[in-house]
Amino acid sequence: MRRRLLRSLREYKTHALLSPLLSGLEASLDIVVPTFMAYLIDYGIGRQDMNAVLKYGLLLIVSAVSSMALGFLAGKSTAIASAGLARNLRNDIFRTTQTFSFGNIDKFSTSSIITRLTTDVTNVQRAFQMTTRIGARSPVMLIFALYFSFRTSARLSLVFLGATVILGLGLYLSIRHVYPVFERVFKRYDKMNRIVQENLLAIRVVKNYTREEYEKRNFAAILKLIFEDFTKAGIRVARIGPLMNFCVFLSTTLIAWLGANEIVASGNNPALGLTTGQLTSLVTYTMQILVSLMMLSNIFIFYLISRASVERIVEVLDETSDLHNGPDPVYEVPDGSIVFEDVRFTYSAEAEKPVLCDINLSIPAGARVGILGGTGSSKSTLIQLIPRLYDVVEGRVLVGGIDVRDYDLASLRDQVSIILQRNQLFTGSVKDNLRWGDERATDEEMIRACQLAQADDFIRAMPQGYDSHIERGGANLSGGQRQRLCIARSLLKNPKILIFDDSTSAVDTKTDRLIREGLRDGIPETTILIISQRVASVRDADMIIVMDDGRVHDCGKHEELLERSEIYREVYESQNRGGVLNAS
Amino acid sequence: MNRRIEEVFSMPPKSSDKRTELRGHGKRNMNPGTLGRLLSRMKAHRIKLAVVLLCILLSALSRASTSLFLRTLIDDEILPMITQGSRDFSGIIRIVVAMAVVYGIGILSIWAYNRIMVTVEQTTVKNIRDDLFAHVQTLPVRYFDTHAHGDIMSRFTSDVDTLRAAISQSFPSMVSSFLSTLAAFGAMMYLSLSLTLFVVLFSVLLFVLVKVIVKRSAKYFMSQQIAMGDVNAYVEEMIEGQKVVKVFNYENKAIKAFGERTKELFNNASQALKYGMITMPVVASMGFLLYVLIGIIGGAIGILGIPNWRLTGSEAMTVGTIISFITLSRSFVNPIGQISMQFNTVVQALAGASRIFEVMDEESEHDTGVVTLVHATKENGELTECCDRTDVWAWKIPQEDGSFSYTELKGDIRFYDVNFSYVPGKPVLRDINLYAKPGQKVALVGATGAGKTTITNLLNRFYDIDEGTIHYDGIDIREIRKADLRKSLGVVLQEVHLFTGTVMDNIRYGKLDATDEECIRAAKLVNADGFIRMLPHGYNTMLEGDGSGLSQGQRQLIAIARAAVLDPPVMILDEATSSIDTRTESIVQQGMDALMHGRTNFAIAHRLSTVRDADVIMVMEDGCIIERGTHEQLIEEGGQYYQLHIGAFELE
Repeated sequence: MRRRLLRSLREYKTHALLSPLLSGLEASLDIVVPTFMAYLIDYGIGRQDMNAVLKYGLLLIVSAVSSMALGFLAGKSTAIASAGLARNLRNDIFRTTQTFSFGNIDKFSTSSIITRLTTDVTNVQRAFQMTTRIGARSPVMLIFALYFSFRTSARLSLVFLGATVILGLGLYLSIRHVYPVFERVFKRYDKMNRIVQENLLAIRVVKNYTREEYEKRNFAAILKLIFEDFTKAGIRVARIGPLMNFCVFLSTTLIAWLGANEIVASGNNPALGLTTGQLTSLVTYTMQILVSLMMLSNIFIFYLISRASVERIVEVLDETSDLHNGPDPVYEVPDGSIVFEDVRFTYSAEAEKPVLCDINLSIPAGARVGILGGTGSSKSTLIQLIPRLYDVVEGRVLVGGIDVRDYDLASLRDQVSIILQRNQLFTGSVKDNLRWGDERATDEEMIRACQLAQADDFIRAMPQGYDSHIERGGANLSGGQRQRLCIARSLLKNPKILIFDDSTSAVDTKTDRLIREGLRDGIPETTILIISQRVASVRDADMIIVMDDGRVHDCGKHEELLERSEIYREVYESQNRGGVLNAS
Repeated sequence: MNRRIEEVFSMPPKSSDKRTELRGHGKRNMNPGTLGRLLSRMKAHRIKLAVVLLCILLSALSRASTSLFLRTLIDDEILPMITQGSRDFSGIIRIVVAMAVVYGIGILSIWAYNRIMVTVEQTTVKNIRDDLFAHVQTLPVRYFDTHAHGDIMSRFTSDVDTLRAAISQSFPSMVSSFLSTLAAFGAMMYLSLSLTLFVVLFSVLLFVLVKVIVKRSAKYFMSQQIAMGDVNAYVEEMIEGQKVVKVFNYENKAIKAFGERTKELFNNASQALKYGMITMPVVASMGFLLYVLIGIIGGAIGILGIPNWRLTGSEAMTVGTIISFITLSRSFVNPIGQISMQFNTVVQALAGASRIFEVMDEESEHDTGVVTLVHATKENGELTECCDRTDVWAWKIPQEDGSFSYTELKGDIRFYDVNFSYVPGKPVLRDINLYAKPGQKVALVGATGAGKTTITNLLNRFYDIDEGTIHYDGIDIREIRKADLRKSLGVVLQEVHLFTGTVMDNIRYGKLDATDEECIRAAKLVNADGFIRMLPHGYNTMLEGDGSGLSQGQRQLIAIARAAVLDPPVMILDEATSSIDTRTESIVQQGMDALMHGRTNFAIAHRLSTVRDADVIMVMEDGCIIERGTHEQLIEEGGQYYQLHIGAFELE
């Protein structure tokens, strides 16, 4: 699974290889230093030989400087490799999400994708960085330190084996106990964050219902759980430090005792046995061996912590879009006619009840169609099948006489434009937003589209006209203005089919009428579908589809429906109840 | 809502705000006295902390004594034994046993302070979060309207986390490093003054070097945070607008734009990381360098026979002294490296702490109200307080003589010459006179920014008026305890917010002790029952992320059911039915009408169809009520309302 992520290294592969290599070299130099130090003491200071002191001193300085240089280069490679991995991973995740179909998007919540792109990638980056640098340093240090200490004194080095076993066992037990607690506490942590977030967002609800105390209790309860978990984990982690120190001290003491014996036996003669200089280096090796073991265990902990993140990232990367181009896609949409043949649709395979069922419709090119129906009658689902935002489960949808699944997706969507219910504008100028519809649109084209959408006037009234800044989500525009700008944006695509998914709900009736009239005269060949809650918006359509509970309840012109459709009549009357109401 | 108030406040756009916010994050305005406040919060642990300090001292001493033992062992025992050819190990045994004892104490101390710090750190963090949350709950709505939520949120998360890391790791490690340095310094002075002087000079050099690196790293770290903010903002915007991206085939352009942002992040992150990563090798290599230099200098002193000045006098430089000194110099230099590396964390943690205290210093909502709301029974026009839930509510008004008088809650609300502004000098409401008689439905109509929502903000005292009075059943609302005032008002807000939990939990939020049956009855009343039963697990369906799985209309129905279960005497509906289709809306309206029977009802209208049957319609413009009357009267007048009615301009 990790290998899957490492594929994203690409251009940073060299750095990723250099990093452990240089770190390893650096570590081996660091290990040589105590040996030279021993020589310096034994042959230099011990024998009062200034030349030897200088000789070994120079050697040591060269080693130290090289080690610093290597450390610098290793640090640099590691930094580039790990930041590069993060960069590529982010790009890859983002690229994958861009291939997602609406079905895939529904599966991952926005916040979960954001977490993957931020926290999870950061976790992986940190684990990678630890592994390449310290993961290379520690084993090298361990092996070298062991080798040299065995060379210095095999007998005394046996002490390390004992210490290593104790430390390893202790670390293993601690990690085994701590990890599950950490795993649990992170989930609780998420919950705590969620409570804060929800309370900030819904502070008016909390205060209106005077639930401050209730929320405080909730929060305190989760804090208590976190406190208990962290304390539990903390107590266990707190044993690691002393354990480590125990091993260090135990080894030092044992080596001091055994070493003293040997030195006395050898008379401090290097030829006969252990010397005082060697004893000093052995003590240094003790530290190095145990520190590298500690580091290895830290890497292991990071590895475990990042495991969940890795899984989550791979989940996105491995998600394949459930919508694909056919083998020999059609790039040209001949005309704007739409046909639904026995269409049945569900969002998930397990759903008991279909969202759409037995849909049969035939809409000629250039027709103006109104779609009406209550909440949950699947109006939006119906029209989302036309640009193939979802695939039908049974039956087929034809655009221009060709099954939508036979088209090249981008070509189909270029010709079928939907103005979504939950539409969105993006940070940038008015023009930037309009260019979503057509990158190469000229100023004249933009103005014409805005005139048709009745947006020209308010845009001109803005401080910088068409160059005015739009805040994220169009926050500095009113709902009606946003909707009109979205309509203009879609018009710029110059599509063969234009679909309004309740896109004029915040526009007043007069402007709504002007928009419809503008479209009628401005783009007469375009097939237009309008989902609306207002009868007024659809009554003059060539055809009105009344949806009810995922089925086409009725279909016809205003007068016909008024006569035969009970639902249509009810809606009509509820909206024109001026006279009726006064009587009641 | 936030947006509107911001418009009124004419705040700069948030996006540019965020950058300065991020740039300033870290060292920005760390208030003086933060450390003192932090310590005073930990006062309860002062004994524990004293023990920790002692233990750290002990462990530092035991660590420092390692080299002293080694020196004594070599110089005083081993070498004499060799020269004398003695086989008497008792001296060595004594030293080794002493070593074991000292080390034992050291280990125990390390364990003890680690263990104690876990409790101290966790209790402190828990209490800070607890207090912070409790305090935030008492803050006035104004605070939430004028502060970015992400910013408040980060005080709960990253600021507390940084602080925790500092308390548990940086503080003890700095103290311990400092003590080690001190102990090593003492020991070094004991061994050799000249060498000590050299080590100190060398350390100053090291300290400066590390500081330069850390400073660089911090600089890039700051830029990295800003670049990260950009990446996050872009991701959020694009992922939220994902469906629009699809519809416009914008994928490739989005990928390209995102790539540019990740590149910027990479540039800063790799630099920040680089400087972070080279600190260790630099400190380590400098340590080795020092090793060598001491070896050479010490060796030279020894060989040349220059007397070695120590605290206890002067003598010849021995091999043992040099060896010990070398070890000591490492325990002197390494902590200095560690302190300089921890320094940044500590500064960041203190900056975080001062941000936390900043919130804690925000003033709570003022409440001088004394009138409370009680259940009552009514006999012969006499109100008697009663503990059970009855149909009658009464205001309990304390009298000067200590007794109480009772006034029945009827829902009579009057505004007298009310003036209000969110920021001084920018009036939002002007001379508002308004009355809602019990049982009436009052509709407020007007363009965005006309002041409709503000009226509800004043009624439940989210904001207090500048001039005039608001009377509730003849009582000035400032006399009423805020909690009781709000309890009497059911509010369905324009923006629906649900909580993570089941549908049932969300409805029950209106009345915590409501039974399942009550909740279902409320849902049925507002016609929410139908769709709820069609959810995968009906009333037990889990809602997450503000009910993101539901449609706008469904979320509103749940919010309405939540208000219905409260069964409040007065209802305020802030454009609540705007996203429900007209057919559903009329059904909901019927439920609402049933709920509102005999109660006072404020409706802030989004569409004219919902206000026709109101008893009074108030048309607002620029903070003033410009027209009032029934639908028919206003149509006849042919004013603004009439213009709205024929669709001459937009409501929003």
